[in-house]
This record gives sequence, C-alpha cells and structure tokens, in this order.
Amino acid sequence: MIFLKLIVTNLRRHRIRSFISVAGIAFSVAAMLTVVTVLQGAIGMFSSILSSDSEIIVFERNVSDLFFSSVPTAAWEEISRWPMVAHADPVLFGIVSSSDHPIITCFGVTASDARIRQNAWTAGDRLAFAQHPDDVVLGERAAEFLGAKLDDHLPIGHGVFHVIGILKTANGFEDGGVFMPLNSAQAFFHKEGTSSVITIKLRNKDDAALFKSTVKARYSNLIGLENAEFTRSYSQFRILKATAWAVGGCGLLLGGFGVANTMIMSVFTRIREIAILRVCGFSHLQIAAVIFGESAAVSLAGAVMGLLTGSCLLYALKLIPTLHGYVDVTLQPAILLIVTLLALITGIAGAFYPAAYAMRVRAVEALRFE
Amino acid sequence: MNVSMEKASDESRIVLRAEGVWKSYDDGAISVLKGVNFEVIEGQTVALCGPSGCGKSTLLHLFGGLDSPDRGHVSVNGVEVNRYRNLLHLLRYEVGFVFQLHNLIPDLTLEENCLIPAVAAGVDRRIAQARLQELATRTGLTHRLGHRIQKLSGGERQRTALCRALMNRPKILLADEPTGSLDEQTSAAVFDLLLEVVATEGVTLVMATHDRGLAGRCDHLMEMHDGRIHEPVSA
Repeated sequence: MIFLKLIVTNLRRHRIRSFISVAGIAFSVAAMLTVVTVLQGAIGMFSSILSSDSEIIVFERNVSDLFFSSVPTAAWEEISRWPMVAHADPVLFGIVSSSDHPIITCFGVTASDARIRQNAWTAGDRLAFAQHPDDVVLGERAAEFLGAKLDDHLPIGHGVFHVIGILKTANGFEDGGVFMPLNSAQAFFHKEGTSSVITIKLRNKDDAALFKSTVKARYSNLIGLENAEFTRSYSQFRILKATAWAVGGCGLLLGGFGVANTMIMSVFTRIREIAILRVCGFSHLQIAAVIFGESAAVSLAGAVMGLLTGSCLLYALKLIPTLHGYVDVTLQPAILLIVTLLALITGIAGAFYPAAYAMRVRAVEALRFE
Repeated sequence: MNVSMEKASDESRIVLRAEGVWKSYDDGAISVLKGVNFEVIEGQTVALCGPSGCGKSTLLHLFGGLDSPDRGHVSVNGVEVNRYRNLLHLLRYEVGFVFQLHNLIPDLTLEENCLIPAVAAGVDRRIAQARLQELATRTGLTHRLGHRIQKLSGGERQRTALCRALMNRPKILLADEPTGSLDEQTSAAVFDLLLEVVATEGVTLVMATHDRGLAGRCDHLMEMHDGRIHEPVSA
C-alpha cells in the first residue's frame, strides 16, 4: 500500500506534468487503435468481397495488386468444370470515374455472382442484370453520392450507362461500387478475355488442398488460396497492416519519449526522497520498482484513456455518411491487448534511464546538500 | 587478570569502531577525517561535539554505510563496513538514522513515513503496525498517526523521524544534529524523549551535535576538531 502510495504520490504532486504524459500516451494509443482498426476493417471488407459465397480465390501469381491480376476466361471455364467445384465466378476489378467522383470501384461480374444473387435490391429487378451491355447496377451508397436512381443514364468514364438496379450490401466497398456485366467491364477496361480473380465455391471444403494443388499443376502463372491464407499473405494487406502499426508505433514512440521526459524530471525532483528511501533500507530494485511503477501507472492510465478516446473516434467516424461501411468498429480483443501492451512496454522502456539514474543516487550526497 | 577480563569483555561489547579512518572530498582537496580512531560500547550514549565541517556527520555516514572511507576501517557489530558487507541489512536492521532536517516524505502520513523501513525490509504488516503503535505510544504520537507531515510541528516531525529510525528495532541509532532545527524548549523535550527511548529500547546512541548542554547528558562526549577526535571527556 505504501509502495503504491509512493508511486501515486509523485504523480499527484505534479498533476499537470502527469496529465500531459498520460495525454501523450492516450493520443498515441487512440491514433494507433483508430488507424489499425480502420485498416483492419478495410482489409476485412476487401476480404469479404472476395469471399462472398466462396472459399478459395484464384488469381495471377506474384501480382502486386489484384487490380493488375489477369486470369484468362479459358481458365475460368475449365475450372468451372472441375468436379470438386460447385461454382466459379470471375470478377474483374476496375476503377471508374464520374463527375466529382474520380475513384469509384467497379465490379465486372456475371449474373450468377453472389453479389447479384444474394444482396437485397432496393430498386430494379435482379433478373435484368447483364441483359444489355450498357446496363449497370449501383450500390446504395454509390447511388446516393452519384445522385442516381433507377432508369437514369449515368456518365461513367467515357461512357453512359443505364442504371437498372440499386442493391444494398453491408460491405462498404461494394455499397459504394458499380456492378457491370463481366463482358461490358472487360470491354470498358480493355481486358477482353480476362478477369482479375475467380472466386471458387467447392462442393466439399475438404477438397481445398486438392484444388490448390491442381491449380498449381495446371496453371503455372495462377495461384489458388483459401480466404484466410489470402488475407494473411496478400502483399497489399501486409503493407497496409505494417503501415498502420508503424504509424501507430511512431505515435507510441513519441508518447514514450514523453513518459521518459516525465520520469527523468520526476527522478530529478525527488532525489532527496530517493535518498531517504535508501537510508530507510530500500534496495536498488525497490527504488527502480517505484520509478517503473510510476511510469507503468502513467502508461496504463494513458492506454485506458486512449482506448476510450479511440473507440469514441471510431464510432464518430462510423457516423459520417460518406464513410458508411468503411469503418468497422468491432474492436478486436487482440488489437486492444496489443495496443495496451505496447503502451505499457513503451512507458516502461521510457523509465529505464530514469530508473537507472535513481538507482545510482548516492544517499550521502543527496542528503548532504539541503 | 581481572583487568584483562574486563578488557576482553569490553572488546566484545564494541558495536562501532573506526580505525585510522581518513576521508576527503573533491579528489582530496577537502580533507574531512584525518585518521579517526573511535569506539562505542553497546548501550552507550555518545555525543560527538565540534564545529561545522569537523567531520561529525561524515563519521556517522561511514558507520551507516552511506559512504566509504578513503583509508582505514569502519566496523559495525564487529563486521567491517565495506563493499562486501550487506549494506541493506545494515540499514534495515542494524542502524537507524535521525537527521537534523527530519527527512520525512511530506506527502505521506506520519504512519506511512514510519512504516517505510518495514516496507523496505518486507516486515509483516501486522507486526509492523504493532511496532508502530508501540513507538507512537512511547513518543506520544498516537493521535497524529493519520496526519500528513506538513500538519505536524517541528518537534512532532523529529519524534516521527525517531519512530521511523527505530521501526525495525536497530540496536544502534545514529543521530545527526537531531535537535538542530528545533527551538530550545522543543529541543530539550525531544532530547529527553530520545534518551528515554534509547534507554528503554537498549539502543546505542551516537549523536553529532553543537549543543554542549545536550551533549553533556550523554554517557560520553567526544570532541572533534579538524577531522580528529580528541580524548573523550567524561560527562
């Protein structure tokens, strides 16, 4: 109890300094939580696009981005006929633009694609999809920001397309996207005879390994990955995750410097007190424990404050209409734990020098000078 | 025969000893102790008198293991105080310090300040509390246990420092100008209490002081001048 009080006493003594340190860690934690959660959400959404009613994705091997992947239609046709495959759906990704909206994701899909079959159509008839090459279906949010409604003729890129339906999907990317018949998309993006990926649903999930090895043997330039494997290995996702953690880490590092500064000041201002503790029999380790305890308290308070702030920020982001569907505010326990641990480690690392300094304080010198 | 037995008996009762102790600061520029020889027998009260800078405090610090001599030997309870000595044990159980400026932690209560040595030594909480009650009763501080140090008078602070020093039942008390910051009346009262407590607890007291009146009430009065101890003066 007295040990705890020795830790807390100094924080209370210098309230503003302590608050600034806590705030430094809190903002770092909030930034890290927000960036990581938003990016994880974005990755999750992108993954869910690929995993709509499918278990495996086939794409061009070693491609840096799925937008550059090119899977021949012939391969799709052949894979569709494999006995282990329940159905195979080609998807062509592209970026289109319209006035005021330079980047709109476009999905070139067949009428049998899960997105067309399974999502709720708020306007139009799903059976009409792919009947005409200039027909498009809009995601609900895309229709909203493009100001389009059923039967409108919408200028997209260099063409004008007929809106034959609006569908509602929980996925932010899809909800803000344009769905074109595959053939139209291939022509529009000058990718005739190819798609970006093929999503595969197997008759039996246990055939996944067999399917992947068959793809590898049959097509040297293609690769088949299960959805979880893809999410783990896709370089874009890895870069995004690494960036998120790096940005958050830098923030936390700055917070750590703040804690280090506070702890150094703390040690300098309580040298006499440390000397008294030494005279009363405190060991070097006990002295260090007081200093580390103080920094851990700052870090923990900062982590809690940061997690609360970050959560509020995420909820606020979710309420912004243009970000609807993009921000997944499901806070993953693993992320919370990692962020909290990182904050603690940073805070404790920041206390190493101050603790070492405190351990070296010579009681006799500190007490001699009043 | 009788004399040699007495000598042998005294030898075994020596709890503090300094032999040819030299100590200087600033790379030898300031010489504080110049070959000090000094012994204290168990249970004695000894006053070190002398002007400021004559080395009284330095000698106490050497006995407490807070500093080390340049030359010579310092021993406590028959064991030399050097880098091989368990200094934590020395500070936790063998010696207690009382300073001129009480050196209490201002944000803690009287009770918490007194319990610091017990916390350092990992003494069981109930045992420490019982000891605190015993010392507080003896020093008349029971009604002030929950008060912060800022709320205490100078005399109460020094009595608190005394309680803290005796918390882990050390048998040696090193007091560095314990009444130096108090007025005459309070000083006398605190010193009375100090002598009473050390007598009751059977503690050996070595006290550095300027106050010859108080020093004269100790069993022995040692004069220190220019880093040397002169012949003991009988009190």
